[in-house]
Amino acid sequence: MRPALFSGQRVVVAIIFFLLLISPPFLSSFLLTLLTQALIYAILAMSLDIILGYTGLASLGHAAYFGLGAYGVGILATRHGAGFWITLPVGVLLAVAVAAIFGLVALRATGVYFLMITLALGMVVWGLAHRWVTMTQGDNGISAIPRPDLGLPWSLAHSVPFYYFALAGFFISFWILLVIVRSPFGRSLVGIRESESRMRTLGYHVWLHKYIGFVIAGGFAGFAGVLWAYYNGFVSPADLQLATSVEVLLMVALGGRGTLLGPALGATIIVFLKNLVSVYTHRWLLILGAVYIATIVYAPEGVVGAVIQWARRTRTGPLRSEA
Amino acid sequence: MNKKLIVSLSVVAALVMSGPRSGRAQKGPIKLGFLTQMTGGGAAVGKDMSNGFMMYLEEIGSQIAGRKVEVIIEDTQGDPAAALTKLRKLAESDKVHAVAGIFLANEGYALAPKVDEYQMPTVWAVVSADDLTQRKPTKWAVRTGWTSSQPNHPFGDYVVRTLGYKKVVTIAMDYAFGWEQVGGFQRTFEEAGGQVVQKLWPPLGTTDFGPYLAQIKRDADAVFAVMVAASSLRFPKQYQDAGLKARLPLIGGGTTFDEFVLPSLGDEAIGAITPLIYSAAIDTPVNKRFVKEFRTKYGKVPGYYAEASYTAARWISEGAKAVGGNVEDKDKFLAALRKVEVSDAPRGPIKLDAYGNPIQTIYVRKVEKKDGELWNTVIQTFPSVSQFWKYKPEEFLKQPVYDRNYPACKYC
Repeated sequence: MRPALFSGQRVVVAIIFFLLLISPPFLSSFLLTLLTQALIYAILAMSLDIILGYTGLASLGHAAYFGLGAYGVGILATRHGAGFWITLPVGVLLAVAVAAIFGLVALRATGVYFLMITLALGMVVWGLAHRWVTMTQGDNGISAIPRPDLGLPWSLAHSVPFYYFALAGFFISFWILLVIVRSPFGRSLVGIRESESRMRTLGYHVWLHKYIGFVIAGGFAGFAGVLWAYYNGFVSPADLQLATSVEVLLMVALGGRGTLLGPALGATIIVFLKNLVSVYTHRWLLILGAVYIATIVYAPEGVVGAVIQWARRTRTGPLRSEA
Repeated sequence: MNKKLIVSLSVVAALVMSGPRSGRAQKGPIKLGFLTQMTGGGAAVGKDMSNGFMMYLEEIGSQIAGRKVEVIIEDTQGDPAAALTKLRKLAESDKVHAVAGIFLANEGYALAPKVDEYQMPTVWAVVSADDLTQRKPTKWAVRTGWTSSQPNHPFGDYVVRTLGYKKVVTIAMDYAFGWEQVGGFQRTFEEAGGQVVQKLWPPLGTTDFGPYLAQIKRDADAVFAVMVAASSLRFPKQYQDAGLKARLPLIGGGTTFDEFVLPSLGDEAIGAITPLIYSAAIDTPVNKRFVKEFRTKYGKVPGYYAEASYTAARWISEGAKAVGGNVEDKDKFLAALRKVEVSDAPRGPIKLDAYGNPIQTIYVRKVEKKDGELWNTVIQTFPSVSQFWKYKPEEFLKQPVYDRNYPACKYC
């Protein structure tokens, strides 16, 4: 099993956060909005990493929780004028509640069957967003969601304060998720991924561990959805369609499963590829496809996974004991 | 001493010279952003749109009021979130003077509040969601296309009075575009004495219409269908194969048989009657030239996607000309855009109502075969049709926007 942080990773994380903190003055406002978008998607990708990377369960319905968080904000903020401190818990709890129900159904299966059940459940939520028009305004989506007012001296309507708002959300999520994956609970998830039968023999309640992991992942996806709704000021069924679920899955695979920072990096790469490369060429999908293929062929463990492996191989001393 | 003086003088001179940047920008190019879908399901529509837009600009030599025109085409990917990102790019990094384009309703609704926030003069070229110029109008946007219900108001009336159909079954794609078209049709159709006896709503992406076709009440006089792109390619054939074409004449929304799908359809389309703001068969010199040029350039007959985008470019050009090319004065430019009147667009004369939607001719078209090709022959024109038809705007707007259950199906 690989440790959550290899030696030196602390330094890398510190540098990344430092760079993120000081970056706004050096970036054009468009790049800053892309970075904001990347941070929000990073939270979503990290949440999926809990079940995909650490527990080894590939879900194709993760966009559903993202969408639930976003719709929670959209409906409450536009209809009832609710502020951030109401929409945040409602959005997250909505995602948690639905994940708790879906988990009961989905976790009866593993492997491809788990994939298909989560896909079907994701489509149920998508269908609800699409067809429950009185609540969700259907395909047209909910628009004109105002940016939250936190009572800070800076208005979040501007891109720099909102960037720091998203950065704070990202940092808090990263920190909590890191604590979770490094806890005994997180370790047992990895144990389940490596050998479910052995964990069961050792006396672990395997199902319960998976279930809790699944619900936690749903909650953080909901949190990302809350930020997403505020970022765009808009939410529509496109936010929770299958393509979004697949995209998040690819972000995790691209960055490196089970590394937490990897999926965040994968999210950043894909957000920038999608929005920046498409500015230069209308054939941007070809480039995106080539990146995916290159990842699978040359770095099946993802970018961060490959870096970790390389770091281990080049290390002269004996390998650190792996918990 | 002298040296110091010279140095300080040159510093002052440098400061003065670098000062009037804004004056220089005045003479720079007019930058336009065009938002359209270049990848995914709607890419073909997006291509028609950008082709139409660029064709007009090329015709005027990419010059408006003596200033060069620069166009930045961005891919919305058919996703409202991506469309928003691209609008941010156009407004914040490219600093364009106006934005045009947009195909899907949800993209339009997503962009509308942002357009006002950026105070970005915007021309909705194709997106036809009713409320963009009705209950949720955008201050900074005008439309050169249509509202989904606009062609169907006169058409509902026409179906009763001229075609003589009294009982109609509607079958439409189950989303806002379908609801608004059916709603507009049903309202005037029933006010004229017709009865909608059944409403069927196949979901988006339906490939097999069999179950829906089997339900159609056979004692109706006609079937009113609203299909778009992929579904309009499949529906007419399946309608014929179900043996319905011979029994129930097919009428419908304009996109069911527009020029975008006609080349891919066969004889099953012949005889279908639909209303729209445009037909490639409009018999005016302006339109004939437009169709001919477009065909030579892009190898296909232009549909309304191309025409509406062509006219959007013209709209921006006329607006910019009216302010002497000074598009930096946003307020004046916007006011000019709202005042533009075009008497000789390919589709005919157009001006905007107080809500920024075109008052224009509605064409009732019948699919006919000429020289081996399918064309939408114009069989009736309704000049100067507003989005509110003959109703008072204030009263019209008091009613909810047309949806799945409004107007209710009284005769079902």
